[in-house]
Amino acid sequence: MARHTLSILVQDQPGVLARISALFSRRGYNIESLAVGTTETEGVSRMTVVVNVDLHALEQVTKQLNKLINVLKIVELDDDTAIARELMLIKVKADDHTRSKVLELVELFRAKVVDVSGDAVTIEATGSRDKLEAFLNVLAPHGIKEIVQSGVVALARGGRSIAERSNKNPDRSQ
Amino acid sequence: MSQHITGAESLVKSLEHADVEVVFGIPGGAILPVYDPLMDSPTVRHILVRHEQGAGHAAEGYAAASNRVGVCMATSGPGATNLVTPIADAHMDSVPMVAITGQVPSAFIGSDAFQEADIRGITMPITKHNYLVTRAEDIPRAIKEAFHLASTGRPGPVLVDITKDALQASAEFVWPSHIDLPGYKPTTKPHGRQIKEAARMIVDAHRPVFYVGGGVIRSQAHRELRQLAELTGIPVVTTLMARGAFPDSHKQHMGMPGMHGTVGAVGALQKSDLLIVLGARFDDRVTGKLESFSPKSKVIHIDIDPAEIGKNRYADIPIVSDVREAISQLIPAVTAEFDAGNRADLTAWWITLNHWRETYPLGYDQPQDGTLSPQYVIERLGKIAGPEAIYTAGVGQHQMWAAQFIGYENPNTWLNSGGLGTMGYSIPAAMGAKVGAPDKTVWAIDGDGCFQMTNQELATCTINDIPIKVALINNASLGMVRQWQNLFYNERYSNTDLQSHSIPDFVKLADAYGCHGIRVTKAEEVDKAIEKSMETNDAPVVIDFQVHRDAMVWPMVAAGTGNDEIQFARDLAPQWERGDD
Repeated sequence: MARHTLSILVQDQPGVLARISALFSRRGYNIESLAVGTTETEGVSRMTVVVNVDLHALEQVTKQLNKLINVLKIVELDDDTAIARELMLIKVKADDHTRSKVLELVELFRAKVVDVSGDAVTIEATGSRDKLEAFLNVLAPHGIKEIVQSGVVALARGGRSIAERSNKNPDRSQ
Repeated sequence: MSQHITGAESLVKSLEHADVEVVFGIPGGAILPVYDPLMDSPTVRHILVRHEQGAGHAAEGYAAASNRVGVCMATSGPGATNLVTPIADAHMDSVPMVAITGQVPSAFIGSDAFQEADIRGITMPITKHNYLVTRAEDIPRAIKEAFHLASTGRPGPVLVDITKDALQASAEFVWPSHIDLPGYKPTTKPHGRQIKEAARMIVDAHRPVFYVGGGVIRSQAHRELRQLAELTGIPVVTTLMARGAFPDSHKQHMGMPGMHGTVGAVGALQKSDLLIVLGARFDDRVTGKLESFSPKSKVIHIDIDPAEIGKNRYADIPIVSDVREAISQLIPAVTAEFDAGNRADLTAWWITLNHWRETYPLGYDQPQDGTLSPQYVIERLGKIAGPEAIYTAGVGQHQMWAAQFIGYENPNTWLNSGGLGTMGYSIPAAMGAKVGAPDKTVWAIDGDGCFQMTNQELATCTINDIPIKVALINNASLGMVRQWQNLFYNERYSNTDLQSHSIPDFVKLADAYGCHGIRVTKAEEVDKAIEKSMETNDAPVVIDFQVHRDAMVWPMVAAGTGNDEIQFARDLAPQWERGDD
């Protein structure tokens, strides 16, 4: 089992998110993270799905997704050649005594304070999953009151867009 | 000239444009607008069934017998949910079908309105694709796409749910000139290099087998299959879904593999060194325990659905293609190999295969108490009705015996519920088959359990002059479950006794539905009853064959065990040594 990031281009039609998420659960695969948004092309949405599966299951799920009529293209992005980011908002306890320590950590992790009150600060952080985990670890002693997290979004490095890449086709006969 | 018509009229026109000749359905509130213009359609015949499940299976039977798209129609809510079973059935067995349902007006969607059910959501996992149409102008495109999706690539069911306001609104009717589905491009032609490699592997193999599935029937590849089989001299097995794809009388045919397959067919797969898999999907009922299935073979897997390849078994040579196209290209490729002098000797393989075939033929014991043997009835039916008839079956013992003891020579003559295993399939499917192939004799072989799930469609058959014939294999039990209780639950027959030798009286029931009812309890009455039925075409016929209830389906690979552990009769396993290397 390993984490895999799939970029899926879909027709922006009602029910398409349900079709995709239901396919994962029906075939017995858990989605670790899912993010949906519009793309540069009108009528086309892009989903970034992170799954934790072995290679056989990845091949199966990719093929099953490809069978959905609204799915236009699937590309697997691997960690070495893609940039993956998630966004997190964190509410941390911070009073007059501890605020400067917290702000120091915010600086170190190149995060951003987006709201301050007497007993807490709210921080916006972006980064890879590892970076955000590390950030949470150092903030933990101060008391994390609340977190909210987006799904991973990812993009391949280099000049080529997903439209210019060939379908990741796990079927060796093609 | 632009022409404004209602959505309902537009739907009927679309069906006419899609060359639909028959729709099986039942009207109701939300679909009601359609039924008015439907009444006036010069080409679309509507057959009013008695239960929506019957409409769905009839559409399946029509499609399976005629290779056309079957169409069923129902109203919203319960009408639509009653279609769920046949839709799931069509999905599992790749049956081209379009289901049209009415939906509550779009303004009511999500409000728990009367007869509202989210049928698009419900059928997402059991359709190839589905639509919710809320605007009249979108109806023709949805219908055109639905028929295209249902009938191309790997066939399957497509549902089109249309809101009542869309049916009532008016719009210009435009039948789309082309299909625009950028996410749907089935691969129908094989890769040339893969075909060459496959041909090389085929001519080199010493124990090759053609493992033929239902895809060969759906793609109408039976002629090409026969040509390739005869060219190579390689043995053929036909799965439950493929019975009739290769003639049973052919000397290269080893029979049906799987849980109730012949020893010869199961042995052929188990001891093979090369499986040439044609439109089949390594179903668990064929493979038994996957880890011990055909352990020494390499695999050439040809299927139009890439997701089937490598799903259950690794494919050494995967070929995504329409199976007829692929076989057509294999024929010259194999011929070229033969011409170059590459051809393995299959003599030893055939000695082994023939030994199994002669030692372990299909057979059954006659009951000692003089009661009727179900296998005998089915065997005689196959002999008298012959290979030109169409046979449908329900699910259970009678289905397995019908697969075993009738000789199939032609495709589209054996219709059954293979993947989903839907009891109640037989009667409505036979009705649909008879509509799709009116010149053929259609026999529904049914069990007394199955028959009581859908026999109300006999009314539809009688009223609409659809004279199907029913061979009711009545053992007064849920026979297959009873067999498992006998074998695995210490003969504790919990809730499998249906008492249907007395309740209901099936002859009276046939009579009540305007059918001819005949009761048969003795072997000497069997032929006469079948012959009489063959001559009767003024109404459906129901023969209540009251048979012995302890008859069992053999051979059998018990669930969860490997195919090597097949038993050809209780506690009797074949000796494989002679075939082993």
